[in-house]
Amino acid sequence: MAENNNNIGSGNYLGFEDKVAEFDRQADELRRLSSAKGIDYSAEIRRLQQQQVAELKQLYSNLTAWQTVQVARHPQRPLLPDYLGLMVKEFCELHGDRCFGDDRAIVTGFGQIGRERVLIVGQNKGRTTKEKIACNFGCPNPEGYRKAIAKMKFAEKFKIPIVTLIDTPGAYPGVGAEERGQAQAIAFNLMEMSRLTVPIICIVIGEGGSGGALGIGVGDKLAMLEFAYYSVISPEGCAAILWRDGSQAPDAAEALKLTSRDLLRLQLVDEVIPEPLGGAHRSIHDTVYNVEKYIVKTLAALKRIKIDKLLEARYEKLRSIGASPASILRSKTQPAQERIKTAIEAIPRKPTHISAEV
Amino acid sequence: MTKKPKSSWNGFSLKPRKEMPAGLWIRCPGCEQMFYKTAVEQNLNVCPKCSYHFRIDAVTRIKYLADEGSFQQILSDLTTNDPLDFKFRETTYKQRVKADEKKSGATEAILVGKAFIKGRGVVLAVMEPNFLMGSMGAVVGEKFCAAADKAIEEKMPLVAICCSGGARMHEGVVSLGQMAKTSAAVAMLDKAGGLFISVLTDPTTGGVTASFAMLGDCLIAEPKALIGFAGPRTIAETIKVELPEGFQTAEFMLEHGFIDMIVHRKDLRSEIARIIDYCQK
Ligand SMILES: [Zn+2]
Repeated sequence: MAENNNNIGSGNYLGFEDKVAEFDRQADELRRLSSAKGIDYSAEIRRLQQQQVAELKQLYSNLTAWQTVQVARHPQRPLLPDYLGLMVKEFCELHGDRCFGDDRAIVTGFGQIGRERVLIVGQNKGRTTKEKIACNFGCPNPEGYRKAIAKMKFAEKFKIPIVTLIDTPGAYPGVGAEERGQAQAIAFNLMEMSRLTVPIICIVIGEGGSGGALGIGVGDKLAMLEFAYYSVISPEGCAAILWRDGSQAPDAAEALKLTSRDLLRLQLVDEVIPEPLGGAHRSIHDTVYNVEKYIVKTLAALKRIKIDKLLEARYEKLRSIGASPASILRSKTQPAQERIKTAIEAIPRKPTHISAEV
Repeated sequence: MTKKPKSSWNGFSLKPRKEMPAGLWIRCPGCEQMFYKTAVEQNLNVCPKCSYHFRIDAVTRIKYLADEGSFQQILSDLTTNDPLDFKFRETTYKQRVKADEKKSGATEAILVGKAFIKGRGVVLAVMEPNFLMGSMGAVVGEKFCAAADKAIEEKMPLVAICCSGGARMHEGVVSLGQMAKTSAAVAMLDKAGGLFISVLTDPTTGGVTASFAMLGDCLIAEPKALIGFAGPRTIAETIKVELPEGFQTAEFMLEHGFIDMIVHRKDLRSEIARIIDYCQK
């Protein structure tokens, strides 16, 4: 990327970035002094900046899981519209699920990435308060998932590959969402995405919140930005249930192994896309460029594979999650198995009349 | 607590535990009345007065559903390998599994196998509510997929009895992945032209509802079963409004068009058999 605004610390420091902020404060102080008194402090400022870079490198190569979650939720983190603006040419948005409405938490449309035409399906959390409300803070309703699958089938018909950009705290837990079948909508997407006859690339760009993320997250490749997270439940939710105390979220985040590094190690994601120094929010351009590079590279590779082979591989990939082969789940709990066997055998074989009325 | 005398029978009790305090009498959560335990048990664990369907364990379910002695279990030896090495508070997932094994007598939250229902051969997948709340981890996902495979292989209908609190968070993204995995297996069964009957019992929520449970060709629910995506408490906390009466019940799901029918436990066998007959090719 040609342009890189080196404004590493531009306000909005996270709680663990005290030192980074302190370097900025000192540099600002020197700049103020130099303009007030006309003394040249540029060498000192440069030295401070170097120290700051070193500090960021150190800090961001050792983020805890909870710190990662905070980076993934950073208010300045690039959102779907940044990707659409910087990476997608000729974006042509397609609205509506043809059933109920047009969910703004999920945006769908055709566009070009590199030299490829693709269907983009992405979750949008919104930047300003107004936008946030309009797209429900990135929490889709069933109509969002139905819109997504409808457009994906449109793309399938014309052999257009699909790119999904995942960024949601989770599917919306509301009365309307339940009335309109949130569970059914997500389930249907999982089933259909497992067999769509076009390449599908899924990328977690921020928050990968549970079923809400998975609802547009089944494909041939799953990648994550370096400081995105992907989890079965929010750390707060997990802490509230297992620790019986929501404030234990940092511990829960650690236990859930929700960082890109852990998930790569567990072979649950295929690739980690690097973020610029100090996180995606410190250079939106670099982040989008890295994502674009990944998409172009991966699309080229996937397009070389015959579609039936691709579907076979996709199915194998899904089937192998957590149990490939099943023998890794086999263990020696003989006594428990015996108990079950005995219990099943204890089910009477001779007819016993069970009366419905008592 | 007084220790009960050890019986010579070394199997585990077929009696559901959760809603049944020790003793001869139980209170029905539906009508708040006390009943003689045997009377409820003889009535398929349905309240004789208000038809409240008590939660039942997988073995009891199979006893009620399958032809006597017809159930042949497959993959009985799968247990979790604790993929995340999950620790919480002063305990671990492994310890929790051991504790629930002891408490429930089950080795995992699902039993799968072949059986007959009124003489019709089926593959049964029955979830176990007393084992980590029937949650779906890698073993549940793997066993469900094996059941779907078996149904394809043997050209038999797949009947799933769903009863689950959702994805098993102790297995993190591995458990989340089971949603995609089981849904893909249903897609395969669908492609093969197999019949999938999904029975939603109390409770069916979270990641299980949002995957294979809702993907049946035919969806049946037990009366008043809690069925939904998000838990009622989560919703109440999010929207900060009191939830409407009967929200997320089987009746609510029927009204909103998401299930085919509500069937009383005593009619489940005959209703499943009838659908199987209708779908004969
Ligand atoms: Zn009652």
